[in-house]
Amino acid sequence: MTIDGSWYLTLAAVLFTIGAVGVLVRRNVLVMFMCIELMLNAANLTFVTFSRELNDIGGQVAVFFVLVVAAAEVVVGLGIIVAIFRRKVGATADDPHELRG
Amino acid sequence: MAGPLLATVSLPDLATFLIAAAIVIGGALGVVLGRNPVHAALSLVLTLFGVAVLFVEENAQFLAAVQIIVYTGAIVVLFLFVIMLLGVDRQERVLADQFRGQHLVAGVLGLLVLAEVLLLGTGHWATGARATTGALNRPLSNVAQLGRAIFTTYLLPFEITSALLVVAVVAAVVLARRFDRSFGGDAGPTPEETADVPDGDEATGR
Repeated sequence: MTIDGSWYLTLAAVLFTIGAVGVLVRRNVLVMFMCIELMLNAANLTFVTFSRELNDIGGQVAVFFVLVVAAAEVVVGLGIIVAIFRRKVGATADDPHELRG
Repeated sequence: MAGPLLATVSLPDLATFLIAAAIVIGGALGVVLGRNPVHAALSLVLTLFGVAVLFVEENAQFLAAVQIIVYTGAIVVLFLFVIMLLGVDRQERVLADQFRGQHLVAGVLGLLVLAEVLLLGTGHWATGARATTGALNRPLSNVAQLGRAIFTTYLLPFEITSALLVVAVVAAVVLARRFDRSFGGDAGPTPEETADVPDGDEATGR
């Protein structure tokens, strides 16, 4: 008998919360980006858990697409971060006035 | 909501889940609390590996392999590459409020999120339609089932994904290239201007 699905869902909820608090607390843009990855992984864990509970492969397909979109998102996001840091070395999320054209 | 645990679960499953959960939570806390971005990235590897172990535990072997290859093999390496490239691996005072009450607000919001998600996890939550795409308990391997679903039911989203990847590659090239003045008129300073300025204030032209 395997672990009940609600344990996985609880773990995913805790992981999502840690990621959300990290986005709220940290000001380094790269670390905030990593916290977004944490939240994506919590959602992936939920998808796989429901895929097992509902006996449906569709949840795992959704995780597959989330992985692809996350890879594309990381590429574009890190490109934007590199462009920002090239303009202003050591920029943090507290510098929104740099956004003005 | 957890139900009787020890009565129904075999010991290896329980040990695997608990150790993997500890790895996941510990790595996530390391990402949030780590002062150095390099340490945060390495903690992220720990979390992603723990999630991959949980995928194996839930009989999603292909996704576990892809998780290791794509996430820890490509994405975290990309993170580390950018950290080293930009030289931003300096310390940051994590526990210092940037504005008054920031951590209080963040803690309250985090508790709200946790309570909400846990509330949604209670009760009889597995009420969706069962096995509409393909049943998991067919006598096929996980990879075969996933491949059949992707290349039949989800063929159009799969093809659109390729377009998304092309868009991402083009965007990365456009964002990472250094603009010169011949490209679009007011496209910012030339590389020679920005390269020698340690503090970026002059480079912004103000």
